Amino acid sequence: MAYRIVSSQCTSCSACEAECPNEAISEKGGTFIIDPAKCTECIGHFDTPQCVAVCPVDETCVVDKNYPRYQAP
Amino acid sequence: MDAVMQQVAEHKGCGTSGGSGKASCGSGAGENDLPPEIWDKVKNHPCYSEEAHHHYARMHVAVAPACNIQCNYCNRKYDCANESRPGVVSEKLSPEQAAKKVLAVASTIPQMTVLGIAGPGDPLANPAKTFKTFELISKTAPDIKLCLSTNGLALPDHVDTIAKYNVDHVTITINMVDPEVGAKIYPWIFWKHKRVEGIEAARILTERQMQGLEMLTERGILCKVNSVMIPGVNDKHLVEVNKAVKSRGAFLHNIMPLISAPEHGTVFGLTGQRGPSAQELKALQDSCEGEMNMMRHCRQCRADAVGLLGEDRSEEFTTDKIMAMEVNYDLESRKAYQAAVELERVAKVEAKKEELETLAGVASDIKILTAVATKGSGLINEHFGHAKEFQIYELSTSGAKFVGHRRVDLYCQGGFGDEDSLETVIRAINDCHAVFVAKIGGCPKGDLAKAGIEAVDEYAHEFIEKSAIAWFKAYLEKVKSGEIVHEERGDAVIRQGALIATAAAAE
Repeated sequence: MAYRIVSSQCTSCSACEAECPNEAISEKGGTFIIDPAKCTECIGHFDTPQCVAVCPVDETCVVDKNYPRYQAP
Repeated sequence: MDAVMQQVAEHKGCGTSGGSGKASCGSGAGENDLPPEIWDKVKNHPCYSEEAHHHYARMHVAVAPACNIQCNYCNRKYDCANESRPGVVSEKLSPEQAAKKVLAVASTIPQMTVLGIAGPGDPLANPAKTFKTFELISKTAPDIKLCLSTNGLALPDHVDTIAKYNVDHVTITINMVDPEVGAKIYPWIFWKHKRVEGIEAARILTERQMQGLEMLTERGILCKVNSVMIPGVNDKHLVEVNKAVKSRGAFLHNIMPLISAPEHGTVFGLTGQRGPSAQELKALQDSCEGEMNMMRHCRQCRADAVGLLGEDRSEEFTTDKIMAMEVNYDLESRKAYQAAVELERVAKVEAKKEELETLAGVASDIKILTAVATKGSGLINEHFGHAKEFQIYELSTSGAKFVGHRRVDLYCQGGFGDEDSLETVIRAINDCHAVFVAKIGGCPKGDLAKAGIEAVDEYAHEFIEKSAIAWFKAYLEKVKSGEIVHEERGDAVIRQGALIATAAAAE
């Protein structure tokens, strides 16, 4: 499970970096990226993913389909 | 909110019944109008003192990119190199880079007295970066005043830290005290780890803003309130806002016109929400003035602006250039320069006073607006064709009162060609009877005359207010003798575009 940041949308405002409870967000080449290994979609921490809630530009932090929430065992 | 509305209802105009003693302060206020400790704080601050803005410069450092609210007049995705408006920056800085930039600028521009952090996001949504920057600057350049501008949502949490770093000027952007109005301006806020929308969001925001304002003024920290005038949304409501912030000890109120061109991509820009006309803005500012002094010289500058208000030298101080600079911060030479500026200022005030005395006893109800082309220092010292803005003065028998500025620069080099530029100027100063310039060509002078605006160049390089009063006196005499007939002028348009950063680009 993970979110990702659409780089063409990201204004690199850094609002998400400070809010992420997993320290999964970092700056890379001027925009921000989410480390899918660290992202938990904030489950267990908050009701909503914090990067989505704080991001000033809509449709920037989105579900990363490469990391589905549930994988069949 | 009940408490807020109660206080608004009980507010009794411009008296000082609250005991704050600040009612007489304001942008136009001079030394004799203010308690000494407040005069000391504002006298060299270009954003607080209308007189100081002719002489002193400020800079903003863009260390705070993150924001915790969304405003319908802000589009964070848009960053055009030629665009200068609040929230727009060319490059973001680390606190260390910002500290170096401040030293570099202060060494190059000795009249730079104020350092502000104003975004592009909210400084208090980036508290670590903001306060680290203040810490570094207070160590290396202790004479520079610190200020910050905030939306107020996080303000109550940081008031003690603001006091600790001796930040003596705080600006809060307050556009409403009624959540119903607020819901039309703010689509959401980020609050307690949740995105909150609608009236609930506006309710939280206004409570936090009022609480933060009260906490600051209790600690003696000077507070200015910025409001964006949005016709049909909060234009009438801003009178209420003015009362609410005044009763909580705000020192100065700055009502700014909405900037909402469709190409900016803001919500208001896209929905066709218009900005106010020059006369609408002035009427609102005038109607609030009885309650509290109004700031009229705001340039709605960039979050990385450098230099005097109305000029932007930020391109001289890009990160590459700063990092390559040898900085020699010489406090003594800065002090010497500023002492010379003070002498010039005193001379200007004296000259105005003497000229004003010649108006004494002249009775007339005539009030007229005039435009002035100036590069600063309170002088008529700009060529008509080079002016990117005009300063507007209202002349009456009580003197020359600064009431605002009008931008006439070309927006993004597109849409307006050279042939249109004179028309642009006339639209911007169409409510004025005269324009004072250092120099003007015959053709534009004739075209201005056809539009009913007299171009006056006989006061070139003289003090603005003294000259304006002298011209007004002559005007009144001509009206009295029947040589001319006094007629009212029309309305003027507030330029929706951008102030172009470099002088070269504007020519």
